[in-house]
Amino acid sequence: MTTANRTVKVTVNGKEYESSVEVRKTLADFLRDELDLTGTHLGCEHGVCGACTILFNGDAVRSCLMLAVQADGADLTTVEGLARGEDLNALQLAFQENHALQCGFCTPGMLMTAYALLQDTPNPTEDQVKEGISGNICRCTGYAPIIQAILQTGRGPALTLPTNEEG
Amino acid sequence: MKPAKFEYFAPTSLAEALELLEEHGDDAKVLAGGQSLMPMLNMRLARPKVVVDINRIPNLDYISPTPDGGLAIGALTRQRSVERSTVVEERIPVLAAVMPSIAHFQIRNRGTMGGSISHADPAAELPAVCFALDGEFVLSSASDQRVLKAENFFISPLTTAIGPGELLTEIRLPARSGEWRWGFEEVCRRQGDFAMVGAVSLLQIDDDGVCRSACITMFGVGGTPLRIRRAEEALLGDRINDSVLEDVSKIVSEELDPDSDIHASAAYRKEVGGVIARRTLEAAVSRVNGDDGA
Repeated sequence: MTTANRTVKVTVNGKEYESSVEVRKTLADFLRDELDLTGTHLGCEHGVCGACTILFNGDAVRSCLMLAVQADGADLTTVEGLARGEDLNALQLAFQENHALQCGFCTPGMLMTAYALLQDTPNPTEDQVKEGISGNICRCTGYAPIIQAILQTGRGPALTLPTNEEG
Repeated sequence: MKPAKFEYFAPTSLAEALELLEEHGDDAKVLAGGQSLMPMLNMRLARPKVVVDINRIPNLDYISPTPDGGLAIGALTRQRSVERSTVVEERIPVLAAVMPSIAHFQIRNRGTMGGSISHADPAAELPAVCFALDGEFVLSSASDQRVLKAENFFISPLTTAIGPGELLTEIRLPARSGEWRWGFEEVCRRQGDFAMVGAVSLLQIDDDGVCRSACITMFGVGGTPLRIRRAEEALLGDRINDSVLEDVSKIVSEELDPDSDIHASAAYRKEVGGVIARRTLEAAVSRVNGDDGA
């Protein structure tokens, strides 16, 4: 039956998973509920807040606006994939240093968005950063420290993912 | 679970998809980029019995130059691909200029040309720019294929001429570079939001500075994108100067009959519509042939 569960095989942060999933389950819920990767946050669940941003085959996307079955065969990166074990990457350290998070709810989405932005535009201008994070809502910081953290990271060495280095 | 239950199909060929759409008719919704359908599913504003996911169909994602200088764009082409395409920039610079204003880059990474056009949000940029360009849409079904002009395609908010069993498969747009000058403006609450008012203008101006053709399209101010014919007529056969622009701006404001909503009042939309229409014309006039005027 087409309403029944489907088997989904995905690679998330370099690790392969295979799981049976109901076809109507969103990718965000799948990551959180099935794979226990709760770093990806859900705010609005209709594509406005950006908290659920992940990398889908390298592109930043809203994981609440995809079905888990659509990720079959895909290579995903979530916020859990940024750090090397306990060692935060330069972007995460810059967020810490600049107080770019308070409650932390938007942070996973901000980090994944900023990571994608910096891959595309390695040393962005302030305007490029502002436009880059315009699809991510933060209710605490007023954005200024987030912008500073991203600019600071952009001035440093290029970011890489631990999974890419090992692969 | 956010969405209500549905049957899910992920056809791997166009023929298979069209058969499914024919079989399920109005019960089926097409899932392309999902950037409009998924929010509606998550909020259960849409509860289709069947979802036909077209993302695994090959050869629906392309930007092909056509012999007349225009472009044929596959319906599944991601908005981000159009934004980054050099051939779009060369052949239809106004389309390239509009792309960064569509939502946010994460949305454009998934969102498709065909999806935005089929969804037909009256405040969306792609329906408006395709309408302004006199684009054509290829609608395919299991038994037939037809080509509709944009003016016959957009019917009312979120409603198009796509019939049950049909799929928008290709968007055909004519060249609008070289002698065509253009302008695009919109007013939003924040970068990437739907426009409260938007305008796309295209002009041809001859060597004597006289306007030979004009298209002023407004969006976010009615159920579909709108051509403001009376304002276009006021431009034709004249050199475009401040007094002509002033008149045209007034005509656009007068001709608009928008609704008030949570985002803006009707009076505001009329006023701003005239102002931004003028700005698009000023931008068009200031562009030198073949140059982006920057």
